[in-house]
Amino acid sequence: MIVPHAPAEAPARTLELTIDGKTVAVTEGMTLLEACRKAAIETPTLCYLENLTPVNACRVCVVEVEGSRVLVPSCARKAEAGMVVKTDSERVRHSRKMVLEFLGSSVDLSTAPDAQRYIAQYDADPSRYGADAETVAQPVKVDNELYVRDYSKCIACYKCVEACGTDAQNTFAIAMAGRGFGAHISTEFEVPLPDSACVYCGNCIGVCPTGALMFRSEHEMRESGSWNEKEQTTTDTICSYCGVGCTLTLHVQDNSIVKVTSPIENGVTSGHLCVKGRFGAAYVQNTE
Amino acid sequence: MPDLHFTSAHATDEERSALDAFLDAQVPRRDLLLPALHAVNDRVGWISPGALNLVSERLDVAPAEVYGVATFYAMFSLKEQPPKIVHVCDDIACQMNGADALCAELERTCGNAGTPSKDGSFTWLRSPCLGLCERAPAAIVIEAGPQAFGRAVAPMNAGDVTSLAQGGAIGSASRNGASRPNIGGGPYKLLARVGKIDPEDIDAYRSHGGYAALRRALELGPAGVVREVIASKLVGRGGAAFPTGRKMDAVAKEAVRPHYLVCNADESEPGTFKDRVVMENDPFAVIEAMTIAALGAACEQGFIYVRGEYPLAAARLANAIAQARTRGLLGDDILGKGFNFDIEIRRGAGAYICGEETALFNSIEGKRGEPRNKPPFPAQVGVFGKPTLANNVETLVCLPLIILEGGDAFARIGTESSTGPKLFCLSGCVEKPGVYEVPFGTTLGALIEMGGGVRGGKSLRSVLLGGAAGSFVGPDALSMPLTFEATRAAGTTLGSGVVMAFDDSVDFGHTLHRIAAFFRDESCGQCVPCRVGTVRQEEALHRIASTPSNNRKIDVDLLADIGRVMRDASICGLGQTAAGAIDSALKLGLLA
Repeated sequence: MIVPHAPAEAPARTLELTIDGKTVAVTEGMTLLEACRKAAIETPTLCYLENLTPVNACRVCVVEVEGSRVLVPSCARKAEAGMVVKTDSERVRHSRKMVLEFLGSSVDLSTAPDAQRYIAQYDADPSRYGADAETVAQPVKVDNELYVRDYSKCIACYKCVEACGTDAQNTFAIAMAGRGFGAHISTEFEVPLPDSACVYCGNCIGVCPTGALMFRSEHEMRESGSWNEKEQTTTDTICSYCGVGCTLTLHVQDNSIVKVTSPIENGVTSGHLCVKGRFGAAYVQNTE
Repeated sequence: MPDLHFTSAHATDEERSALDAFLDAQVPRRDLLLPALHAVNDRVGWISPGALNLVSERLDVAPAEVYGVATFYAMFSLKEQPPKIVHVCDDIACQMNGADALCAELERTCGNAGTPSKDGSFTWLRSPCLGLCERAPAAIVIEAGPQAFGRAVAPMNAGDVTSLAQGGAIGSASRNGASRPNIGGGPYKLLARVGKIDPEDIDAYRSHGGYAALRRALELGPAGVVREVIASKLVGRGGAAFPTGRKMDAVAKEAVRPHYLVCNADESEPGTFKDRVVMENDPFAVIEAMTIAALGAACEQGFIYVRGEYPLAAARLANAIAQARTRGLLGDDILGKGFNFDIEIRRGAGAYICGEETALFNSIEGKRGEPRNKPPFPAQVGVFGKPTLANNVETLVCLPLIILEGGDAFARIGTESSTGPKLFCLSGCVEKPGVYEVPFGTTLGALIEMGGGVRGGKSLRSVLLGGAAGSFVGPDALSMPLTFEATRAAGTTLGSGVVMAFDDSVDFGHTLHRIAAFFRDESCGQCVPCRVGTVRQEEALHRIASTPSNNRKIDVDLLADIGRVMRDASICGLGQTAAGAIDSALKLGLLA
C-alpha cells in the first residue's frame, strides 16, 4: 500500500504586535494570551486551560486592544499584525478586579488558590457587596465513592463540561443547565452521578480551578482537618494498568497516596486519565 | 457520539406520538432539538424525564445536553404543570398600565405565580415584555394539547382575571387585535398593507403590490440587488444600525457554501412590537423580502426565528411560506428564473438573549442560546459555521421598497445619514400608543404629538428610547430629531425604535428595579460580568430604593463600577447595555 505523504505545511509566519509598549513577535495563529506569556506579562486566567478549547467566559484575562470598543478576552483572541494591546491600563485593571469581586462575593473560593492570589493582586474587595449579596451556596453533592461536587465553589467556567465532552472524554454526563445566575453544571434532571452517564474518569476534577470537584478522600480529609498540602510530596510514575503508558503524579501524605493527577504537558495524557489511573491506586497500599 | 446512557424513565404514548408526528418526516439532526422539544411541549405542556430521554435517543444528543438546552428557555418547564399557562406581562409598559394590580388580583383569586391555580386548570406566570405594549396590560395564553394554541389577551382586564378564577376561557379571537392594529404616522410605505388586506391570502397580497419587487429583483440579478441596497444607505433596524448593503455584499462574496439567511424575528426588547405588527398583518412581505435578500447574498436556505411569545405571527408566517411554495415563489426555480431558496420557521422558547444574532445561531443549531465571541463575524462564520446574512424583520421589509423605488429614492427619504422610513413603537403614558411610521428626522416631540400627547393631561417626565437596552431622556429632548446621528450626538440611541413615555406620576424606583430584574432574568449566565453583575445591579437598586436620597452614595458608586465592567467586559450586547438605562435615569435624577 502506498501511503501518501502529508503535504508540507506552509512555514508559520511571524507577526509583530505591541503589548504594553513593547514590540512582541509571535507566530501567526497565537492568541493574545500566548503573546503576553511570550513577553513575560503575567495574565490571570480561570476558565482557560491549555488542553481545552477556550470558552472565554470568566473574562478575567481581558485586555485592551486599540480600536476595539470593548475589552477582548486574550485567551481566545488571535494576535494580529500591528495590534496595540494594553494589559495593565486602568480600564483593564478595573474589569479584572470587578470580575474577581463578583466571583469572590458569590462563590466560595476557599480552595481556589489562583483566584485568591488574583484577588489580592488586583486589590479586589468582595465584601463590599454586603452580607446579603446572593451566592451560589448549596449543600455538597456526595453521591458516589470517588468524588464530590461542591457547587458552592463553582465559578461556572465550563471546563468540566468540556473535559466530559468533546475536549477529552466524550461521555457527556454533564452540561450547563439553567440560565443567568441560576446557570449550573448538571446531569439530566439533576440525577445522582451513579444514575448518569459518568464513567468516573475524574477528568473534570483534573481541570476544575476551584476545588468544586474533588476526590472524596481529599474532601473527607479536609473536613476532618487532616488534609495538609504542605506536607505532601509528589512522585511521577507510569500507570501499570494498561499499555498506553500514562504518567501519573502521586500525591503522598503520611506515606499514603491521597490524590492522583497527570501533568497537563504530558504528551500521552494532556493531563487526562481514566478511572483506573485516577482512582485505582489503593492496591499499592494493600498490605494483605 | 458515544453510546448514550439513559435513566429508566420512559415517554408516555402521548409524548411518543407527538414526537413521532414531528420527527417521522425528518432526518434526525441536532438542530431539530428545539423544534422537537416544542413538539412535546405543545402536546403535553412540559418536558418529562421520559420525553427528554426519547428526544435524546431520537436525535442522538446526550440527555444532559438536552436538559441543558431545555432548561435554558423560559417557556419550557421540566416540572409537571397544567397544560394551560397564562403569561402575564409585568414589564415596564404594562406596569404603567395596571399590570401590578392585575397580578395582585390573580394572586388573590387564583394563587401565586408559578403554582397551579386553585382549581388546577392553569398556572400563571409573570412575564417579561410580551411585545403587546400598544394594548397594555397584556397577557398571552398558551394551551398544550392535540390542538395547541397561543393567544394574546390585550388589554387584559379585571374581567379576564375573574373569568380565569372561575375556570373560564379568556382571550377570544376578536380581541386578538391583529385585525385592527394600532398604527399611525405616514406616509405608509412599510405599513401600507397593514390592516388593509387579509394577511392569510397571497392573492390579496399580490393585488396590493406584493411580489412585484421580487420580479424586479430577479431582473436586476444578485449584483443589482446589492447595488441598490448599498445605494439606499439602509442600516439595520434591530438596534445595531450596521449598513445592510455592506453585510449583504460581504456574504455574497464568500466562497464557502452554503450561505444562510436568518431573519431575526425574536423581537424581545422591552417596548418593541413593530416586527410583530408587520408579521401578523403583512407576513407575505417578510417572506418576499427574505427572498430578495437571499437573492442578493446568494443564500440557499433561510431561517426565520420568531419569538416564542408570538404565536399568531408564527402561524401567519407559516401560512405565508406554504402559500408562497405552492405558487412557485419559494423552493426550486423561483418564478422560473433558476433561483432556489426556501425558508424554515424556528420558534424561540422564551429567551431575550436569542435576539443577539450569534445566540440565535446557537439556538437554531439546537444548542443553548449563548452568544459567541466576535470575531469571527456572521458574514464569515454564522449559523452552522457558514456565511450568514442576519437581518431584523423591519430591515428586510425595507428591501422590496428599495428594489421598487430604487436605492437612490430610498436614500432621499429621511436625512443624509439616516435614510428611509422608520417604524417607532410608541407606548407608555400616551393617548394612542402604537406603531408609527415616519421618515427619519421627525422630532421626538412630534412623534409623541402624533400619538395624542401625554394622556390624562399629565406632564411628560421622561422618555425611554431604545428599550431596556437604551436610555432615558428628559423633556428637553423633545426637539431632538429621531435619527441615528442626532441620538448618538445626544448620548442616547434609537435602538430597536422604542419610544416609551413616562408621565410625572410614574414611580421610577419601581421602573428601574423592573429593568434590573429583566436583565438579571435574561442574562444567559455565560460570562461573569453579566451573570453576577446583573444580580449585583439589582441588589444595589433595591437598596437605593429603600434608602433616603442623601445616603445613597455608596450604592450609586457601586452601580457605576458594576455598569463599567458589564459594558467593557461582557461577551455580548446584553451585558454591555444592561446598565445603560439605569445609568441614564440616575443622571437625569429620575429617582426621587
